Amino acid sequence: MTVMPVFTGIGVVAPNGCGADAYWAAVLEGRSGIDRITRFDAGGYPTRLAGEVRDFTAADHVPSRLLVETDRWTHLGLAAAAMALDDAAADPAAFSEYEMAVATASSSGGAEFGQREIEHLWSRGPRHVGVYQSIAWFYAATTGQISIRHGMRGPCGVIAAEQAGGLDTVAQARRLIRAGTRLAVVGGTDASLSPYGLTTQLPTGLLSTSRDRTRAYLPFDIEACGYLPGEGGAMLIVEDAGSARSRGVERPYGEVAGYAATFDPRPGSGRSPGLRRAIEGALADAALSPADIDVVFADAIAVPELDTDESASIAAVFGPRRVPVTAPKTMTGRLYGGGSALDLATALLMLRHQVIPPTVGVREVAAQHEIDLVLSRPRPGPVRSALILARGHGGFNSALIVRAVTSSNTTWRT
Amino acid sequence: MSGRRAVITGIGVCAPGGIGRKAFWELLAAGRTATRTITFFDPAGFRSQMAAECDFDPAAEGLTPQEIRRMDRAAQLAVVSAREAWSDSGLGAGHVPAERIGTSIGSAVGCTMGLEEEYVVVSDGGRRWLVDSGYAVPQLYGYLVPSTLACEVAWACGAEGPAALISTGCTSGLDAVGHGCQLIQEGSADIVVAGATDAPISPITVACFDAIRATSPNNGDPAHASRPFDRRRDGFVLGEGAAILVLEELTAARRRGASVYCEIAGFSGRSNAFHMTGLKPDGREMAEAIRVAMDQARLNPGDVDYINAHGSGTKQNDRHETAAFKRSLGERARQVPVSSIKSMVGHSLGAIGSIEVAACALAMEHQVVPPTANLHEPDPECDLDYVPVTAREHPIDVVLSVGSGFGGFQTAMVLAAPHKADG
Repeated sequence: MTVMPVFTGIGVVAPNGCGADAYWAAVLEGRSGIDRITRFDAGGYPTRLAGEVRDFTAADHVPSRLLVETDRWTHLGLAAAAMALDDAAADPAAFSEYEMAVATASSSGGAEFGQREIEHLWSRGPRHVGVYQSIAWFYAATTGQISIRHGMRGPCGVIAAEQAGGLDTVAQARRLIRAGTRLAVVGGTDASLSPYGLTTQLPTGLLSTSRDRTRAYLPFDIEACGYLPGEGGAMLIVEDAGSARSRGVERPYGEVAGYAATFDPRPGSGRSPGLRRAIEGALADAALSPADIDVVFADAIAVPELDTDESASIAAVFGPRRVPVTAPKTMTGRLYGGGSALDLATALLMLRHQVIPPTVGVREVAAQHEIDLVLSRPRPGPVRSALILARGHGGFNSALIVRAVTSSNTTWRT
Repeated sequence: MSGRRAVITGIGVCAPGGIGRKAFWELLAAGRTATRTITFFDPAGFRSQMAAECDFDPAAEGLTPQEIRRMDRAAQLAVVSAREAWSDSGLGAGHVPAERIGTSIGSAVGCTMGLEEEYVVVSDGGRRWLVDSGYAVPQLYGYLVPSTLACEVAWACGAEGPAALISTGCTSGLDAVGHGCQLIQEGSADIVVAGATDAPISPITVACFDAIRATSPNNGDPAHASRPFDRRRDGFVLGEGAAILVLEELTAARRRGASVYCEIAGFSGRSNAFHMTGLKPDGREMAEAIRVAMDQARLNPGDVDYINAHGSGTKQNDRHETAAFKRSLGERARQVPVSSIKSMVGHSLGAIGSIEVAACALAMEHQVVPPTANLHEPDPECDLDYVPVTAREHPIDVVLSVGSGFGGFQTAMVLAAPHKADG
């Protein structure tokens, strides 16, 4: 019998809502979390807008000892993981310790914490670096803290592939579940909105410098002018279907149907990027044809030539304007390791609620993009499957297909 | 199980004491140490003032001026190692389709050296919280995201299959090699360029280990400061370096007549869910990781010929893993040589796991166990055969290599000689 990994819990910490319900309501209402940066005075930087997670008091979610030992990115990750476990009604104590795994994506580690400690070092001297820098800054902090908090002693992983990493953690969970893991916490968060964190991103030239919060991040639009950064993400619970059913899960959000990852050719090679291959690989892995996919969640970076690479890949596989495409991330900004995890959470909420979320803000799709972009309003289903795309800076491409688990699905019916 | 098996067909190493796998092996076989007083910056004012630094000239190693400018030192070490490994594997360009070549690179702290150097500039020496973005260099975002290290290796080898940067702290190197092995076993790739790199010898990393007193303060005797399993050990000595391996599917490697170092026969990770830096003395989770890795390899404790220890030289680690070996291998733990090359090349955080896999493969090739240097007065609580001071000729078909790191992660890998791999 083949193993079927299913999603049983979702935890969201997003700029436009914390908790899956609040977030989903915001998405359907088109409520954006994009606003002026308030975590520091960004008035002197060319990019002044971002998706900050404002509706979040870390102390409500994170034990006080951990608050000072960890960066904001880990606070968000711990909160999302706890929400996801709660949503799945999964009590770690009811699992054997080695059957639970954690795999998270991180792109920038403890950026704000790290900047503070490097400042202590360079302004006051080496003896002023705090004892928690060694466990707060490195990319594995969130996975380690989730493992410790919930007593999860199975394989633990951390994947960095910029925006693509969140999807890669699902592939890792599937691998682990095939090898006997029963439950995995996957997904990711990132929080790079410190002065240095933002400054590192400016030289790419990919960030929007628009001051208009409603017009600053417009993928595929004739006014596309780069993306906005954001913070937060999502954690999800993946379980073996048989195991989930036996502990009483009645209604998983969906199953992991297919996945593939590719890497772009070396810059300057003149050859095509690898996104199309990732889409085709995920379809082949899922044993589905393009016609089986009901919605595509686009990477949607809002840099015209990169948008064109993506729309051309989608159109090449599905045919021009043959599948609805959406990018709810215009309401959050790009969340890096947390971004594709949030897209995945959004896709699963869509399967649950049977309505396609909108790409808020985009008014006029540029002519070169032969895609059916779901614009300002949600579009009713039915939707049974979704393809989620993510590209990580430097050339990472990941494609994940999730599919609804229904009562007619023989693999779920008891 | 698909029956696909992953073998090592190429090795490239940049380690303290010598660049290239030949120099690396000579250092280990001679039992020479590469730890010294830090030369990269003035370490006055730091608690631990020693490190195992690479004498590495990127231009002499073939990197172009633009590559040198673009790449953080961790990327430079990785790319030079990757090119050596690729050349060693005998794979020509176009031998395997680019989309069938994966990349799996580990790093604990990514491009922290570049991040710190550039921070100093944009903050004007730590004077400005609101750093001056006008001084940001073009490659700065590539330093923030550690995945850049995987990009550089993929570009160097023309890899267009699945790529990832694995960052599980000090087990990153073993985990990245293990991840690469899984990509081959599951059929996602036929070749994987896998390994790890870290270049953490910069003030912030030295200071953060100072703060928790994890590194040795024995500044008066840097050449002998890394003393795993010795009664007088007082912490690890920070290192840097990279090791990149070419992993290949066994039958394809055989078909092209490749020279095979060894098979990656087992790989498993467990976590202690106990403490970010603390270890319980019973070694329970590491023992479980070893047990699962041995099961995968379908080998018994009696088959293990050599254990490459994590051996960082902290009291809690040395006792923790000694207990783990006894717990998982029983009597065999007392019969088999155990050694720590960190005594010679220091602890390069995430990189060291892959450097140790390279050492294990070379140990198998030469049938020589590298020693634990500086081990003169064994800790009475560490009562195994740690191969003190001098390398030892020894028949080696099966090696167990382990890693243990911050976050509570414990990883075990089993390597088996080619004739074992042939079944």
